This record gives sequence, C-alpha cells and structure tokens, in this order.
Amino acid sequence: MNDFWIILEGSLVAVSCGLLGAYLILRKMAMVGDAISHAVLPGIVIAYLVAQSRSSILLLLGAALFGLLSTFLIEILAKKARIQSDASIGITFTWLFAIGVILVSLYSGNADIDQDCVLYGDIAFVPLDTLFLGERDLGPTPIWLQGFNLFLVIAMIRIGYRGFLITSFDPSFSSGLGIKTDTWHYVLMGAVSFTVVLSFNAVGAILVVAFLVVPPATAYLLSNQLQTMMIYTVIFGVLSALIGFYLATWWSASISGAMAVASGILFLGVLVYQKLLRKRKKFLAITN
Amino acid sequence: MGANFTWVMIGCALIGAGASAVGVFSFLRKQALVGDAIAHSLLPGVALAFIIGGEKSIWVLFPGAFIAGWLSILSIEFITKSSKIKPDTAIAIVLTVFFGIGIVMLTHIQQSSYGNQSGLEDFLFGKAAAMLPSDIALFAIVDLVLISSIALTYPYLKLYSFDPEYSRAIGLPVRFIQFTLSSLTVLAVASGIQAVGVVLMSALIITPAAAARFFTSRLSQMIILAMLIGLVSAVGGVYISSLAFKMPTGPWVVMILSILAISAFVFAPSKGMVSRYNKRKEHQLKVRSENLLKLFFKLEEKGESNHFSRTELLNHRKFEGRDLETILKSLLGKRLLARSQDSFSLTEEGREEATRVVRIHRLWELYLNKRMSIAADHVHHDAEAIEHIITPELEQELLKDLGYPELDPHKQEIPGTKNLKP
Repeated sequence: MNDFWIILEGSLVAVSCGLLGAYLILRKMAMVGDAISHAVLPGIVIAYLVAQSRSSILLLLGAALFGLLSTFLIEILAKKARIQSDASIGITFTWLFAIGVILVSLYSGNADIDQDCVLYGDIAFVPLDTLFLGERDLGPTPIWLQGFNLFLVIAMIRIGYRGFLITSFDPSFSSGLGIKTDTWHYVLMGAVSFTVVLSFNAVGAILVVAFLVVPPATAYLLSNQLQTMMIYTVIFGVLSALIGFYLATWWSASISGAMAVASGILFLGVLVYQKLLRKRKKFLAITN
Repeated sequence: MGANFTWVMIGCALIGAGASAVGVFSFLRKQALVGDAIAHSLLPGVALAFIIGGEKSIWVLFPGAFIAGWLSILSIEFITKSSKIKPDTAIAIVLTVFFGIGIVMLTHIQQSSYGNQSGLEDFLFGKAAAMLPSDIALFAIVDLVLISSIALTYPYLKLYSFDPEYSRAIGLPVRFIQFTLSSLTVLAVASGIQAVGVVLMSALIITPAAAARFFTSRLSQMIILAMLIGLVSAVGGVYISSLAFKMPTGPWVVMILSILAISAFVFAPSKGMVSRYNKRKEHQLKVRSENLLKLFFKLEEKGESNHFSRTELLNHRKFEGRDLETILKSLLGKRLLARSQDSFSLTEEGREEATRVVRIHRLWELYLNKRMSIAADHVHHDAEAIEHIITPELEQELLKDLGYPELDPHKQEIPGTKNLKP
C-alpha cells in the first residue's frame, strides 16, 4: 500500500507541475521555474516564524507569495533596470535564496525549522502522514493536498485555456487585442509558486524543477499542439514517477532523485530516437 | 577567528575574483545561467570522485567536478543542436537531471533514502570554514590559469563576446574560443564549489558582471570592476559571517553582492535608474520649453501682440496639470522669457532660441518634402519630433543642401536663414 501512495504522490506532483511547466517552456521561462523554487525559501521561513507551526496553510501562502514576488523582481530588473533576462533571473533567485538561508540560520537556534525540511523533502515519508476523519483512515494528507491542487490546476487550465494559449504564443498580439497579458502572466506564476511549494515536502526545492520542465519538454519534442503536448506530459510524468520508484528500490537510493533521473532517461530516449529517425530518413532520401 | 579566518578570507577572495572575471564572458554571451547549470551538475562528479577516491580532499573532488561540469555543457549543446528545445529549457533539464543523478549516487553510497545529508548540505552551501592552506594553493593556481588564459586570448574573446557571427565570418577559431570559455567557466565553478556552495557560485558568475556593466562599456574595465566587486563581497561576507556563531558564509557573500549590484542598478552614473529618470525628465522639460518658445514665436508671427497671459497660451496649446508653471519658471530662470504682471513675452535671447526651433522645424519639413518626396500635409509630425534633436552642425548641412531656402512647403517663412548664409 505504501508503494502505491508514493507512486501516486509522485504522479500527482509530476502531472500538476508538468501541466504548468508546458506553459513555462512555451514562454521560454523554464528557468523562472527554477528561480521560483529557490525564491520561496524566505517565504517559508517568514511564514513559519509568524505562524509558529510547520504544517499550516499560512506556510504555503507565505511561500507562494515569495514565489510571486520573485517573478515581480525579475520583471522589474528586466524592464526598469534593463538587465538582460537571464541575469535578472539569476540575480533575483540567488539573492532571495541567500536571504532565506540567512533567516534559517538566524532562527535555527530557537525554532523547529532547518534546511532539511524545506530543501530536500522526502517522498518516502508521504504515507506516514495520514489524514483521519474521526476514526476513518482517509489516506495520506499530502495526497489529498496535492490532489486538490491538481484539481485547481486543471480547472484553471480549462477555464483559461485560450487566454494562456494566446498570451504564451504571441504576447504582443494579445496585448494588441486588449487581453491583459500581465494578469495572465501573474496568475500562471502564482499557480506555479503554489504548486512548487506544495511539492516541496515530497521532492525538495531543486528536483521540483525536473517535474516542472522535463516531462513537458519531452512532450514538446513529440508534438506541436498544446493539447497533445499536455496529454504526452501527463503520460511522461506518470511514467517518470513509476519508473523512478522502481529504480530507487533497485538501487536503494532517493526516490525523488530517481524520478528525476527517470524523466531524464525518457527525455534522452525520445531525443535520440528522433535523431536516428531523421538520419534514417535522410539516408533513405539519398539512396533513393 | 585568527589564522584560519585569514585563510578563509584569502580563499574566498580568490574564488570571488576568479569566478567574477569568467562570469563577465558568460554574461556578455547571454549565458549567465549556464554557470548555475554547471554548478548544480557538479554533484554527480563530486559523488563519483568520492566513491573512487574515498577521501573528501579537494584535490580528489576537483577533477570529478571538472568532468561533470564539462559533460553538462556538452549536454546542453547537444539538446539545443539536435532538437527544437530552447536554450533555457535545455539548461533547466540538464541542471535538474544531473542534480538528480547526484542525489541518487549520494543516497546510494549512504544506503539510505534520507539519512546523513551533510554531504549534500556542504555541496549546496559550501564549507568555507573548513578551508585548508592547500586548498588556497589550488585557488591561487586556478586564478592564475584563468587570468593568464583571458589575457592571452583577450582580443579573440573580446570580438567573439560582442559579435560571434562576425568573428565566425572572418575566420576566427570560434570552436576553440568556445572551448576555452567553457573550460574556464567549469574550472572556476569546480574549484570553488566545495568552499562556497552551488548558490554562491551561481551568484558570483552572474551578479558582479551585471553590476559592472552599469559602470562601463569597455571589456577590460568591466572585467577588472567585476573582479573587484566579487572580491569585496567575498571579504565582506566572510567578515560578517564570522561575527555570529553558525552564520553561513556563502549566503552573506551573496547578500553583499546583491546589495552592491542593486545599488549599482539604481544609482550608477548615466546607466542607473535614477540617472536615466533624471535625463528623461530633463529632456522632457527641454522639449516642452522649446514648444512653448515656438508658441510665442507663432503668436507673434500672427501679429497679435508680444505679451501673452496664461489663458491665452492655454488657448493655443494644451498643457497637463502644472506643466505650464514648471516650464514658465524654467524659461524665466534662463532669461528666455520676461514677465510683466500677468503676461509673458520673449526676451532677445528667447526670440533667438524660438527662431532657431521654428527654423529647424520648417527646414525639416522642406527637406522631407523635397528630398524624400513626402506630401506637404504629412511632414508636420516628423518635424515636431526632430526639431528638438537636430544639432547646429546638422542644421548647417540642411541649409546647405536646400540652398538656404526662405519658404517651407506651407509657404511660410523659414526665419533667419539669410543671416546664416556664409
């Protein structure tokens, strides 16, 4: 049963991250996902200091707020200070991350918070945190939270499908039509921040980027259509979780790490397969 | 504190200066985040070196890290070249998958899924306090290699950084230059990672270069300035973190670095936000003042009178809010306008300036009409914009080219052309 919960949690994380990641890739903002995943650290620490509790909705909101703040900062540096976008991403997330680590070390003496709980996370602990309704065992809490988040993400994509689509592919055209490009941008960034934070206790800060970027990138190799790309993303996300889990038990290593490796293997497989296919086509064209 | 503290400070200063110098080139090639990718990707190399070497000495870990860093660069290149994946996505993929491989290797060594993660923590945040004199020897050698390589290939690097297409076209060894730059970046990151950690390494590559760019447009000055910023932040960070118990060094260096950089973005002369804001305001005032002088001139031209009240001026041209007051005050201050009670008139200098603006406006209209064959009723808007920009030299050229004309396309007089005839 535990195995099932872990694979399910991994799949839920992979699917909700991957669906949002598809938009990040199309907007050439893959590294913004990386930036958000680092920048939420000070938010978690500050919210923890305010709430004095580790499992609180306030923690999630505080962290997500800092994720959003980081995207604001990136925009300001890029537009107002006119710094090239890659550098403004790099400056923002290293700075916010440093603030977070300094806060952790300032308060680590008197608080039950450390780098482990926010940076690494471990999916193996997911089945241990069970949600009870009276006497009834409803299954692990993280599954419920992540499931609810996935529901929100899918609802958001269904409602805003056209808006996200048009602002992703042609921002200037859509602002020309009077569509509020900035609003869509920040709604998406808010959703990414929230999802990233929610996935932290399962996969940690750095590996969450794997779930955000790698399955949708694999899907992107195979499709030019957003809808098809999202279906592939779900497939590759679930496959990564499944394969990753068994790799981890085989190697007796970190499960989330192995899931990231599995997604990388799938990506490489598709990439090389396509390359060989192209070569074969070229070869056939020449011989004919 | 004491002797060890001095070593740590020297070591961090060496790492800071070296990484910042290399970072300038990553920054200029718009590949600032490649440094971040390399830094994360070193983890499997470090883990592998640990398995083989079994010893946590920097001399063992360094080659492993160097190879892993190089592999990450090659992987990013391979992905972007053989598919439609964009560079930023390729960087994110390589960064996180390599890191995942590293985590798997580390946890495999420790035979536990959670267990002792101190190795990982050191990798992420660095262990500056554990620096040994032998480590400093390594940093010094690396810095020497970095600086001398940059100095030896400087002309190539310069041309390539600013215009890779051109340098390819004139037959520079572009592959070799790329190889050199990538090797230098990997070298800088791999040598410093154990001491200062992943995040600081990324910051040291990106932030000093971005800050230095705000002060200079010369590559040599930019490199020196970036090294200085990296060095000062490193020393400052080591000092502050030594003041309190258990304070991490890396994050404090990043903190100082970021504050320095943000101050540069805001306050740097000429390129900073404040300076650009002031310049814009200044230009706005100049444009508006010239427009008002022009209004005086045109009203005089119509022969109404020489003195005009605020309401009369407002009847002929719209001004937002208190703009009119600001402009009047500035023009009175420059003695281009004179005031008697509630009405204003041009002074001698004011009329001269107004004549100049109107002359340029009408000259440009004529130029567009004659030389560009633009219809007479389409030239006004262009002239409205250009009249504030044309320099006396350009004005002379226009006059000469048009043969010191007296009438513009609307058959209005171009004032003062006679006096300018040589």
